[in-house]
Amino acid sequence: MSEGRIVAGCLSPHPPHLVYAANPQANEPQASGSGAWKPLADGYTTLKARLSDLDYDVVIVHTPHWKTTIGHHFLGVPHFDGFSVDPVFPNLFRFKYELDIDVELAELLAAEASDRGLVTSMMRNPDFRVDYGTLTCCQLALPNPFEKPMVVLSSSNPYHYFSNDVGDREMLALGHATRAAVAKSGRKALLLASTSMSHRHFTEEPDDPEDPRFEYIYNNNQLAWDKRMLTLMKSGRCAQILAEMPDFIQQSVSECKEGGFTWLLGALDVPDYPALVHGYGSVIGTGNAIVEWRPQP
Amino acid sequence: MSVVAGFIVPGRPQPLLQPEGNPGWQSLRDALGQVRAEIERIDPDLILLYSTQWVTIIGHQMQADPEPKWHLVDQDFHALGTVHYSLRIDADFAEAYCAAAKERGLTARTVAYRGFPVDTGSIVALSLVNPDNRYAAGIVGCNMYADRAETLVLGKAAHDAVVSSGKRTVAIAVTALSNRMWTEWIDPAQDRIHSLKDDEWNRKLLELLGQGRLEDVAQLARTFSDQAHGDSKLKAIWWLGAIMGQNNEYRGKVYDYQALWGTGAAVVGLTPDASVTGDLEYDEDDVEHYRGDRNVLSTQTET
Repeated sequence: MSEGRIVAGCLSPHPPHLVYAANPQANEPQASGSGAWKPLADGYTTLKARLSDLDYDVVIVHTPHWKTTIGHHFLGVPHFDGFSVDPVFPNLFRFKYELDIDVELAELLAAEASDRGLVTSMMRNPDFRVDYGTLTCCQLALPNPFEKPMVVLSSSNPYHYFSNDVGDREMLALGHATRAAVAKSGRKALLLASTSMSHRHFTEEPDDPEDPRFEYIYNNNQLAWDKRMLTLMKSGRCAQILAEMPDFIQQSVSECKEGGFTWLLGALDVPDYPALVHGYGSVIGTGNAIVEWRPQP
Repeated sequence: MSVVAGFIVPGRPQPLLQPEGNPGWQSLRDALGQVRAEIERIDPDLILLYSTQWVTIIGHQMQADPEPKWHLVDQDFHALGTVHYSLRIDADFAEAYCAAAKERGLTARTVAYRGFPVDTGSIVALSLVNPDNRYAAGIVGCNMYADRAETLVLGKAAHDAVVSSGKRTVAIAVTALSNRMWTEWIDPAQDRIHSLKDDEWNRKLLELLGQGRLEDVAQLARTFSDQAHGDSKLKAIWWLGAIMGQNNEYRGKVYDYQALWGTGAAVVGLTPDASVTGDLEYDEDDVEHYRGDRNVLSTQTET
């Protein structure tokens, strides 16, 4: 068996609004199709087109909406068939799903993480409802969503329980474990970090969620931080991103506090090559970027 | 009519799914059984819950599906099994509560969607204090951005709706006190409060609650949360205080206090009693109408 590798890693934010706006058959609510959140929708169109040419065996997702406190959990049931309702935006996302899990790789990843001192658990309950962060980013990013088997990682709480620095160290270790597990497995893996950048929401919603007059970044501080991070990504300075990550998280109320971005950077061995930024835009005040890294073999 | 009793109950799943794991978890289950008996003695028209585990962002959400029915698997404790639930919700009250909240300036909406994920705290509480759906229930979520003023107004709106509906209501705050969990797997038999400091703060709050001093506890919430990792800043206590009238005129009863995976889990009852004179030391604003986010950080202002 040849050594596996990560063929691409992406920041793939999960606003259910984008799924809603695209009216996929799997989602119950119906949008007007007016073209809301266009910069992000266009970004995902570009990403999908690029991924359609990519050869990969498995999709590995880190999701902030499966929140665990007792370490890092991994879906460990071969097949899920269910219905997901977003508890925050149930008016926008009620989604029927069916997906397969690469349990062998998930177990390998859990073992690698455990070897690095992380607390891990396999989730074996077949009644478990797959979270909307996982479903949304796969639906948006993948050319044929849920066609390939998946590995899904929960979001643990080290940032919240200890500090941003502790959280980053733990997520880098989880990223390294992911890289090692993929190599051992022989798989070609696509990684999706399902996360926004800045993450302060508006607490009101217009009657028509697609009304563009209500969509803008919550504050300029968030925008400034998001732009700085995007500049660093485009210039291949991911080590600098990690150096600034604790401040970024603190000062922009970033969803990176759930660990997905740092995990991705760790798994990609902290890229020193430029990322492709396919789109940036706000959803209900939060900052979201669609970004792709393509490591060379 | 008004709120005839209030309770504070924990929302972690062990008392429902693994009471045998620790004598304390069984004790909590037994205490919740006593609450069930007390509620049956009161024979209310409605049980109204505020759950810290139903986290909301867009204003405040009230469950309005008359019969939410699905299955629940806890995000951490999935190995404990599946809860197949079927609840009885007073949808008319949910609409009335939502309207009352809007009347007081809050953003609010009802939710009634097939498959909506009712939170672990609500399921655990209702399964143990109202297992046969003998009484209709209401559930309101916990907005992650709402602080004291907004939460007080949410509680007052609940009171408005209770009064206008004429329903004899039991209010339940589903919340931990200190909320630092163990972040590693422990032997359930070895469970204890995560730190001595958390334990001491919990006991101070319970001392006050046992004296019926709910408003004093509400006034202590910020300090407690800073010092002892209060569950969601103890917003549930603010809500409970507001719906029950923001005073100390209760008979308090601490049914139980135990560790629940490191958190402080208390079962407390509060019965309004005008003959009680509490020591009052109110030092915070008493907000009647919510004027909206101040938006001090917002890029644009509403026109």
